[in-house]
Amino acid sequence: MSAGTEAFPGGVAGGGLARVGGGHAQALTEEPAHGPSKRIVVAYGFWIFLISDIILFSALFASYAVLSEATADGPTGRDLFELPTVALETACLLLSTVFCGFAGIGAQARRNTLYYGSMAATFVLGAIFVAIELHEFATMIGAGAGPGRSAFLSAFFALIGCHGLHVSAGLLWLLTMMAQVYAKGYRADIRRRLLCFALFWHTLDIIWVALFSLVYLVGVAPR
Amino acid sequence: MSTPIPHAHGDVAPGDELGPADVSHAIRGYLVGLALATLLTGVSFYIASSSALVWQPSIPIALSVLALAQMGVHLVFFLHITSGPDSINNVMALAFGLLIVMLLVFGSLWIMTHLDHNVMPMERVMKMQR
Repeated sequence: MSAGTEAFPGGVAGGGLARVGGGHAQALTEEPAHGPSKRIVVAYGFWIFLISDIILFSALFASYAVLSEATADGPTGRDLFELPTVALETACLLLSTVFCGFAGIGAQARRNTLYYGSMAATFVLGAIFVAIELHEFATMIGAGAGPGRSAFLSAFFALIGCHGLHVSAGLLWLLTMMAQVYAKGYRADIRRRLLCFALFWHTLDIIWVALFSLVYLVGVAPR
Repeated sequence: MSTPIPHAHGDVAPGDELGPADVSHAIRGYLVGLALATLLTGVSFYIASSSALVWQPSIPIALSVLALAQMGVHLVFFLHITSGPDSINNVMALAFGLLIVMLLVFGSLWIMTHLDHNVMPMERVMKMQR
């Protein structure tokens, strides 16, 4: 019986991940006997997605860079951006990315306190970040500086809002990963998903570095 | 990146069981990254908020350099992109991604500034149409 025609063996019960490496009837929780380990292949594939995500952000970033002077006599970045708020957002995201790393260590060492504690800290800090950003957006829109005011503000809301959406989606994913580890334990496939989540979260912080430096700080810097 | 915990044996990523020494070693790696990132962030905010430190026209370039340095810190200490054998494919993908990002950002800026210089201002167009 060839693996290609056979129904998946019991190992697929782990949630419908596609199998890597054609035709081997490989249970999801096992490592292949030869070739690179599955976690390396999975991380590589997810890394390709993350790079495409970075390219998406660079397109939004390019449009912001082109339009940043097109304020249509409306408010400029210097009028709108508040550095203490941005510093707080930056601190939240940086700390949450470190806690996310701790959570990965906790999952590998199978230490519940380290894993759940770090994941909870990551979630709280990420949620504070989103809350601050929403408050910032609400204040700006309330002051008549919404995305419809000028091309500069359209590009600003698209760029920062896209990052905020990514962080919000990451928060949902984070809760899912906590629940999956709670329900299924530190299985190999669950740990691979956790690895992908950690890569996603770290990448969001890298994108935020570009945003706070080149959007907010350059926007308010003396010139 | 492929192995979140630095192992001496590279590709194996053995059962991922960590001893207490490995855990504290891994945690220390993240703390070093945190310290470096905090330092770079602090310098960036200081440069942007005080006018005395740096020659003013160079501030955007200084901020870009600091941002690039901090992204490097994140890649090495948080994403564990290394020069090791497991990481070669990831580094190649990253290099290609960076090429596309550079083409997109600098290409857009280059073309759009030239366009801006060469196109007649809107007020004059409106006047001519009257």
